[in-house]
Amino acid sequence: MNTEEYTVIGTRPVRHDGADKVTGRALYGADFQMAGLLHGCILRSPHAHARIRRIDTSQAAAFPGVKAVVTADDFPQVAERLVDLGEGDTPLSYARGNVLAQGKVLYRGHAVAALAATSIHVAEEAAGLIEVDYDVLPCALTAPDAMRDGAPILHEDLKTKEFGEQTSRVSNVAEHFRHAMGDIDAGFAEADVTVEREFNTATVHQGYIEPHNATALWNNDGRILVWCSTQGAFVVRDVTACLLDVPVSRVKVTPMEIGGGFGGKIPVYLEPVAALLSKKTGKPVKIVMSRKDVFEGSGPTPGSYIKVKIGARKDGRITAAQAYLAYEAGAYPGAMVAPGAMCVFAAYDIANVVIDGFDVVVNKPSTAAYRAPGATNAAFATESVVDEIAEKLAMDPLDFRLKNAAKQGTRRADGPKYRRIGCIEVIEAMKKHPHYSAPLGGPNRGRGVAIGFWFNVGLPSSCTISVNADGTVNLVEGSTDIGGTRTSIAMQAAEVLGIPAEAVRPTVVDTDSVGFTAVTGGSRTTFATGWAAYEAAHDIVRQLRDRAAKLWEVEAASVTMDRGVFRAADKSITFQELAAKLDQTGGPVVGRGAVNPRGVGGSFSGNIVDVEVDPDTGKVTILRFTAVQDAGKAIHPSYVEGQMQGGSVQGIGWALNEEYWMNGSGTMMNSSLLDYRMPTALDLPMIDTVIVEVPNPGHPFGVRGVGEANIVPPPGAIANAIYHAAGVRMDRLPMNPPAIMEAIWKQRD
Amino acid sequence: MYNTIRVQTTINGEAREFLCEPRQSLLECLRDVLGLTGTKEGCNDGNCGACTVLMDDRVVTSCLVLGVEAQGAQITTIEGIARGSELHPLQRAFLQTAALQCGICTPGFIVAAKALLDREPNPNEEQIRLWLANNLCRCTGYDKIIRAVEQAAQEARA
Amino acid sequence: MKWFDYATPASVAEAVGLLKAHPGARVLAGGTDLIVQLRAGRKETDLVVDLKHIPELNAIEYDAARGLTIGASVACYRIYRDPVVARAYPALVELASLIGGTQIQGRASLGGNLCNAAPSADSVPLLIAMRATCRISGPGGAREIAVEDFCTAPGRSVLQPGELLVSLHLPPPVPHSGARYLRFIPRNEMDIAVAGVGVEVVLDDGKFRSARVALAAVAPTPLFVREAGDALAGQPVNETSIARAAEIARAGAKPITDMRGTADYRRHLCGVLTRRALEAAVQRAREGKR
Repeated sequence: MNTEEYTVIGTRPVRHDGADKVTGRALYGADFQMAGLLHGCILRSPHAHARIRRIDTSQAAAFPGVKAVVTADDFPQVAERLVDLGEGDTPLSYARGNVLAQGKVLYRGHAVAALAATSIHVAEEAAGLIEVDYDVLPCALTAPDAMRDGAPILHEDLKTKEFGEQTSRVSNVAEHFRHAMGDIDAGFAEADVTVEREFNTATVHQGYIEPHNATALWNNDGRILVWCSTQGAFVVRDVTACLLDVPVSRVKVTPMEIGGGFGGKIPVYLEPVAALLSKKTGKPVKIVMSRKDVFEGSGPTPGSYIKVKIGARKDGRITAAQAYLAYEAGAYPGAMVAPGAMCVFAAYDIANVVIDGFDVVVNKPSTAAYRAPGATNAAFATESVVDEIAEKLAMDPLDFRLKNAAKQGTRRADGPKYRRIGCIEVIEAMKKHPHYSAPLGGPNRGRGVAIGFWFNVGLPSSCTISVNADGTVNLVEGSTDIGGTRTSIAMQAAEVLGIPAEAVRPTVVDTDSVGFTAVTGGSRTTFATGWAAYEAAHDIVRQLRDRAAKLWEVEAASVTMDRGVFRAADKSITFQELAAKLDQTGGPVVGRGAVNPRGVGGSFSGNIVDVEVDPDTGKVTILRFTAVQDAGKAIHPSYVEGQMQGGSVQGIGWALNEEYWMNGSGTMMNSSLLDYRMPTALDLPMIDTVIVEVPNPGHPFGVRGVGEANIVPPPGAIANAIYHAAGVRMDRLPMNPPAIMEAIWKQRD
Repeated sequence: MYNTIRVQTTINGEAREFLCEPRQSLLECLRDVLGLTGTKEGCNDGNCGACTVLMDDRVVTSCLVLGVEAQGAQITTIEGIARGSELHPLQRAFLQTAALQCGICTPGFIVAAKALLDREPNPNEEQIRLWLANNLCRCTGYDKIIRAVEQAAQEARA
Repeated sequence: MKWFDYATPASVAEAVGLLKAHPGARVLAGGTDLIVQLRAGRKETDLVVDLKHIPELNAIEYDAARGLTIGASVACYRIYRDPVVARAYPALVELASLIGGTQIQGRASLGGNLCNAAPSADSVPLLIAMRATCRISGPGGAREIAVEDFCTAPGRSVLQPGELLVSLHLPPPVPHSGARYLRFIPRNEMDIAVAGVGVEVVLDDGKFRSARVALAAVAPTPLFVREAGDALAGQPVNETSIARAAEIARAGAKPITDMRGTADYRRHLCGVLTRRALEAAVQRAREGKR
């Protein structure tokens, strides 16, 4: 492929699902309707930690309009075993436990029972009649609390894994791992300046506007049909089948349109419950979470306690870096501390590094991924310390970062060596940007910068493409479309086929209709499913060259294709013309692609942000925000910009106001969108974007995933801006007005 | 078992009649009783704007309106914004500027923005942001949404 | 929600009759508090009485001699769209534009905000500062009380069983006066006030003739800090007198610590906001803008 000049890639066609989405016709999970539909409702624990002594559902079951009630006892009885649901081995009891609690509740909001009724109001009223006897237990709400000697233990059978080995120590630390490289003591000895700081970040939620939903029908033929909004239809299929102890082929998942996920719609919550209720009632059952349930019953991202220590010579070279990352997993092990450890120093070329990571269970909802999970927490710490060191050395903060920037060949402490990456290019783009040298224009203002990294993943994707007689193609894929990916996938196929993007009709289909496709997440969709489409398109080109050869009675090897025109000797035919001749040359042409790509390229991002801090109230106003990111190759620049802007604004909310405000007994006091304060349009300026393109050598079009790296730098950049505006270094998230005011007062004393 | 009330109202210019219990919100009536699922539920307490509809002379969050209150009112939902098969300038602008990613907030934004442009054909950025502060978007960071409204306003004035 | 019945009385008398006959009934204006509370199970009712069909509760009447009467269920958007009100009471129009957001303002009413009697009610401090009164009707007849006497505890008011708030009344504008409500919220819109200050000043040749200061979110009810305003009477209009009034307001606040703010922070904000609100009100008075 001629990589210099693309016809489709890099353009901005209107998305294929656009008309449906702007007219309200697109069907999301809660819109699903079916004859005989019952409405489900889940009863959730009011306690953060308690033993369940007894559940009495008899009154609820007798309430007029209630058709079935279920608890964990309705799961088929099977022996405990380890299951792999995509994130390593986990006990089946843990996987089931978060869906319906067995024996113990581990967080306020933990699902305890569910019922199905003729209307949602009946269901809610009847749920209030389910009686549960609890023995309330003390709770642990932060990683340091849960790690203390004598802390309440969440799982009697959870023994710490340390440095890769299973110990016999029962504790709330599921795992302690360490990455080490070089000689950390020698490194710090060599440093002229060393800064060590501690940070605390609060639990935050992905904040998708569409609550979780699922409809399940346990059909008369034994098949379980599911319609839901999910980031991974195959994940829903596999997890539902596993928890219900049925073969995977018995479950068919039809993904509806999805109203945001950001990682939070990868775990499975409702589908198995809806299926159990459907089994009992013989009817389809729909369950939709309320916003309160979303906060209290789905997976936010870990709060964390982090220590970062960095040493540098006075010429600006970092000589050593050390990090201690204790992340809250919530009720079940699996805090995203491993990715946090991968990313904490990932933007820097440092020879001597030690990183300790702790996966700690606490009495909060079981955490889920949130856009570059674990990396934002870590970057907040690193970028604050880096800024402090740069200041101590009287170096420009971007120059300091350039001097230490990761590049091709740099090795990370967790092992991998970078191939071609764009860290330096991102920093240089920041330096060059007019924002960086613009005057601040007023008192109480400051500018901050930060950079960040996300490694991105590959994982399997499948795609089939069929040619229509009119020269259009139908593209079938299995990646639920959160942000316009069906179009960026279609564009990659269009580029190969030499046809316009509009001539490709992409559809996201159910798990019966396409080959296995991993989640829409990990910044993999445009990369991997696009690659599957690329392969399917090439498969079509090969077949069509054969068809042209047949038409012209020449050797297939002599037929070339360039930008949608097939040629041999003096003959030529366009894709559209050849498409009309398929019947006479052998019949339908269907291309397939199935990939599990290895050539993943990580993405670096950076922010420049100007803030104004009101010295009398501590309120921060974002005056100007510039986001820079290496996309490798931007397939559809508008949607790449959109990812950068969206991630930046989530990062701004994370930095300034969002948090789970917990009381001492583990209740989230602000479980509504009134007091869980996400930015509104009035809280923000325009978000300027700069797409840097350092092509990923591992992808046919050079694509690097872009969905995630953009949420990594904002809190660090804003913290640094606040320091330059108000003279205080914040060591906790969120940096809300009272916290900043306290810091200012403390400094004045 | 419970009494239902008969509501006579006008939705997207058409006379409609439906039965509902007083406790059912207008949002619920639109979605579950009338099958107009374009209006979305995001929070059910007035904070996200995904359920925005035009009611008589102003926009409201339909989750905080009882279905029975629609009696005699003129309601416009997202389904009533396009004129037949022709998209409203706002809908076209949202598509051209890529002002939607997951699209769940889009119906609420379009209805709210239409109400703004109907009253103020030439809003500046600050006015647009203030008007739309009751509509949350988690995907776009609002930048392209503001630009889409500006573009639609420009097109309508041309 | 639990099931409830629904009534649409056409007159004050009919509404009073319904409320008297059904002790568990609750009145509905914009629903931005009631529907949220019913749905969350924080309030219960078996009868919702919709007040929006009663003419007196829906009317906005202004008379330069008598002042402004706003029906209790008049939604905020009608207040700020009214050019007469905008000219005569700009501070009120500003207030109506900051409760919630556009859609909330399409439903929420000042009367409802007052009757909900939250300590953080945005409308109340300014109404107190502007010397507003409440007209109440009930089985025992009609009565009028000052807004500062209306709220008695969080969520509670002086309304007796069977009574409803009919309208709010503001006296006619006085020359050389200015009013302002300022609140602190972490975002720029949509939040409940962490602290709020409503003020009105009347100037007389470089001095304060009178002033009124009231606070939101720093006491069990909206707080009229009489001493703060009294301290300004007769004082020259300058930084010193304003600072002193702000200090009295700050000292008069009785905040608690909750998820929206600490007591210390709220007290501090009272001082800051009082000073800023007074400065803005003075500016308005000088410009003849009210």
